[in-house]
Amino acid sequence: MPRLALRMLLRDWRAGELRVLALALVLAVGSVASVAFFADRVRQALTRDAHQVLGADVLLTADHPWSAELRDAVARLGLARAESTTFVSMARAGDEAILAAVKAVTPGYPLRGKLRTAAQLYAPDADTSEVPDPGSAWLDERMMTALKVRAGDTIELGRSRFRVARVLTLEPDRGVSFMNFAPRILMRVEDLPATGLVQPQSRINYQLLAAGERAAIARFEQWARARLGRGERVDSLENARPEVRAGLDRAQSFLGLAAMLSVVLSAVAIGLGTRRYVERHLDGYAAMRCMGATQPQLFALFAWEFLALALLASAAGCALGFLVQNLVAWWLARLVPGGLPQPGPAPLAQGAATGLSLLLGFALPPLLQLKEMPALRVIRRDVGAPQQSAVAVYIVGFAAVFALMRWQAGEVKLAGYVLGGFGVSFAVFAALAYGALRAVGRFGRAGGVSWRYGLANLMRRPRANAVQIVAIAVGIAAVLLLTLIRADLLDAWRGRLPPDAPDRFLVNIQPEQRAPLADFLERNGVKPPQTFAMVRARLVSVNGKAVSAEDYADERAKRQIEREFNMSYFAALPTDNRVEEGSWFGPNDLEGGALSVEHWLAERLGIRLGDRLEFLAAGRSFSAPVTSVRKLEWDSMRPNFFFIATPKLLEGFPASYVASFHAPPGDAGLTLRLSQAFPNLTVVDVGVVLRQVQAVMDQLIGAVQVVFLFALAAGVLVLYAALLATQDERTHEAAVMRALGASRAQVLAAQRAEFAVLGTIAGLLGSLGATAIGWTLATRIFELDFVWSGWIWLAGPALGLIAVVLNAWVGARAALARPPMSALREVV
Amino acid sequence: MVEATGLSKVVRLANGTPGANELVILKDISLEVMPGEAVAIVGASGSGKSTLLGLLAGLDTPSSGAVRLDGTELFALDEDGRAALRARLLGFVFQSFQLLPALNALENVMLPLELAGKADASDQAREMLKRVGLAERLRHYPKTLSGGEQQRVALARAFVTRPKLLLADEPTGNLDAATGAGVIDLMFRLNAESGTTLLLVTHDEAIAARCARKIRLVAGRIDG
Repeated sequence: MPRLALRMLLRDWRAGELRVLALALVLAVGSVASVAFFADRVRQALTRDAHQVLGADVLLTADHPWSAELRDAVARLGLARAESTTFVSMARAGDEAILAAVKAVTPGYPLRGKLRTAAQLYAPDADTSEVPDPGSAWLDERMMTALKVRAGDTIELGRSRFRVARVLTLEPDRGVSFMNFAPRILMRVEDLPATGLVQPQSRINYQLLAAGERAAIARFEQWARARLGRGERVDSLENARPEVRAGLDRAQSFLGLAAMLSVVLSAVAIGLGTRRYVERHLDGYAAMRCMGATQPQLFALFAWEFLALALLASAAGCALGFLVQNLVAWWLARLVPGGLPQPGPAPLAQGAATGLSLLLGFALPPLLQLKEMPALRVIRRDVGAPQQSAVAVYIVGFAAVFALMRWQAGEVKLAGYVLGGFGVSFAVFAALAYGALRAVGRFGRAGGVSWRYGLANLMRRPRANAVQIVAIAVGIAAVLLLTLIRADLLDAWRGRLPPDAPDRFLVNIQPEQRAPLADFLERNGVKPPQTFAMVRARLVSVNGKAVSAEDYADERAKRQIEREFNMSYFAALPTDNRVEEGSWFGPNDLEGGALSVEHWLAERLGIRLGDRLEFLAAGRSFSAPVTSVRKLEWDSMRPNFFFIATPKLLEGFPASYVASFHAPPGDAGLTLRLSQAFPNLTVVDVGVVLRQVQAVMDQLIGAVQVVFLFALAAGVLVLYAALLATQDERTHEAAVMRALGASRAQVLAAQRAEFAVLGTIAGLLGSLGATAIGWTLATRIFELDFVWSGWIWLAGPALGLIAVVLNAWVGARAALARPPMSALREVV
Repeated sequence: MVEATGLSKVVRLANGTPGANELVILKDISLEVMPGEAVAIVGASGSGKSTLLGLLAGLDTPSSGAVRLDGTELFALDEDGRAALRARLLGFVFQSFQLLPALNALENVMLPLELAGKADASDQAREMLKRVGLAERLRHYPKTLSGGEQQRVALARAFVTRPKLLLADEPTGNLDAATGAGVIDLMFRLNAESGTTLLLVTHDEAIAARCARKIRLVAGRIDG
């Protein structure tokens, strides 16, 4: 039977019976596989890069030196080891002195990623595998500028003197942090004792870096975690590079959406294709039963044929997916330094599973119904086709699609929205289409013979036509969604980071410096910066109960509680903040005092809406209830605050100010002049990071567009399948009309009337669907502003008319080109 | 070869109580067809000809009565058993040809052999198509063949399995007179050559006259 099934597959393929089905499958599998391949590679790259951010595969940090036992464990497992010691201390050179973030390292540091250095300030930099020689130090640009030193000069640190050997331009493991951002001095760990800076009371972090083979790392991490003592922690990769990760997450959502749309649309095309296939094969099935084929035999024949089709199409889809993801990866080559790792084989399984479950989910139920088909149909036409209950038949298919989506995206919410959106659209479209047809039938009785005949045709099969309208509308909605609305969504995304986004942060501005600073910036051609007041405060109690580090198991929570928070105050909700729980400060809050807390921190510290928090700032305390929990946009590149208070609450406290601005392009000396004019300011240049994030975004958008093409193709395919669905019937009808003496012109006019109504209704519904889905996606999933488009209401009906008219033209021509008798004979 | 006793077919109309709203299609039909015999079932449209044929082939089940095909009690078998019996005994020719549109002429004729798992399907099918005069049109699809040609392919398909019994349902119903006559000639020739029993449903008296015996149906009963 499998061999006969293969022969039947080949014959059906040659006769063109399977084209829509196969194409739909290839598109669905191709899009799922390409996205899966791509996601796999990005995941691998992120993990690899995240290790660079740590400088190691595992990073252990403690507030005391690490034990020999731990070092032994690293050696025993055959792992590479490096260590660093970090602390803050004053550095001096001549008359200049500045607070420096000192890092003393062992050779080999960092184990993952590379340091970059330059011979002189503003000279070209390059990767290096070295660390400073004993007695010498590497200073970053801000340190060099602040101390007014050049390579070859000497600086003082504690009781020691160091020769400035090179300019440190990049530390892969130094994250972006806007606050507490002191310039860097890198030195050798052997030189540390001589400085006399390491005292029992000093706040010093001891880091132990380990890297090596995966299994050994996993064993080591497990071993180390089990023995963590007070003040010791293992750093995870979770929060590495939040700004790049946010972009990649968003891109993965978009990619997931594209893949899901292709799957849903392909499913619709497969559903339509199977229906047509079954209808066209009903008679053949009955004839074979007459020839003595048993039901199990025939079921096996079709099942094998479809299984073979699914496998072949899946293979083709996977190959296509692999090609496309390579294209996407090539597109993104510059995005990830070191390129994307090669994908694993898992996406192939994902693609094949998609193909099989789609085809079997949609094709098996109608095939099973074939069993109900009486063989008597061959001699008695009135013994009709099996009653297809559309809903029941496709429930299996849609369940398969939903399972696929969940598995593929791992995102129930997005999958739910997309599938729910389509489900609701189907139902609403069907009701509206049916109603519209009735209305047209009732009010459209005037006009010529052809017009009336065309309308009568529509009314004769209101259900079948409603189904066709729904299918066409879905196709149009998809095409519109993927062209007009996709462009709007991507623009909204891109708009999140405009070219003039702030790229310099000024920290530690004193109140009396605000006016001179504004003057200075204005003279240097900088637009007035955004300025935020910042009050440093320590959280002392929650609901009257004192809090301390001991109350928290989480190391990060401990650290946060021990430190002072940078708080700010606003009357209005700052941009890029979204209230998730509670509501933003109202008039009563502004009067009585209230707090808003960032949701991630709230979770970590166990702070709930309504909790009363007490803070201590500059020796005075203040307290207020939490009235809202906010979510922040970490990829917005603006200063963000964990705690925001109402202005009245904080205005009396000593504050410093933070400002952000966009540096005019081409002014390389601005930072230097700024730090000379205001020596106490810390200037944080996030230009490089910002440009990187912008590049990431541009490239991700490019990649997303490529994958969207799949969904677009699937949408067009749905249109094609929907139009094909009634072609046989129309061919037959045209023949009947011709046989009754209608002229070609009359037949064409009747079909035109029918199609004009069909196309317009479907087009309007398509516009409605695209707008609704687009709005939902923008506001509920991507959290972007939705741009209302007027064009879409013209584009939908236009697209509907073009599609059906084109089809009518081609189809009617085909129908009319043949003698009516042959058309009649074929379909009878 | 074919033996029907007391065949009746009653269809209950929608929502009808039994007896009140019943449509009697066939009433108490008994007939016997001997091996090698050619029998025509004639009657006006709606007289129950096609229903009778469907029952004799086991495509439909009777309300009462029995059919023996080549000594086997047809309705003692389940549907798959009847299908197996059809595969062994029967050839079919239909009014609307019932060729599979996705298969070309050769493949249509090969199909019953392939379904039966025969190895030399292609050779047998070619040979059979040569006998019906379509050796040149093996690769043509049904829609590119004329009506007469399509019915000749259907005849080749029916005879290729060397059936003991050929059932023909208005084989010329969709053909013009001249073409129909050609197809009928061919059918009787093939029937004679292979010694098949022929049971032919028609409303055409001229065609019926070529059969050895006529069974006339009037309103679901055998007339006379």
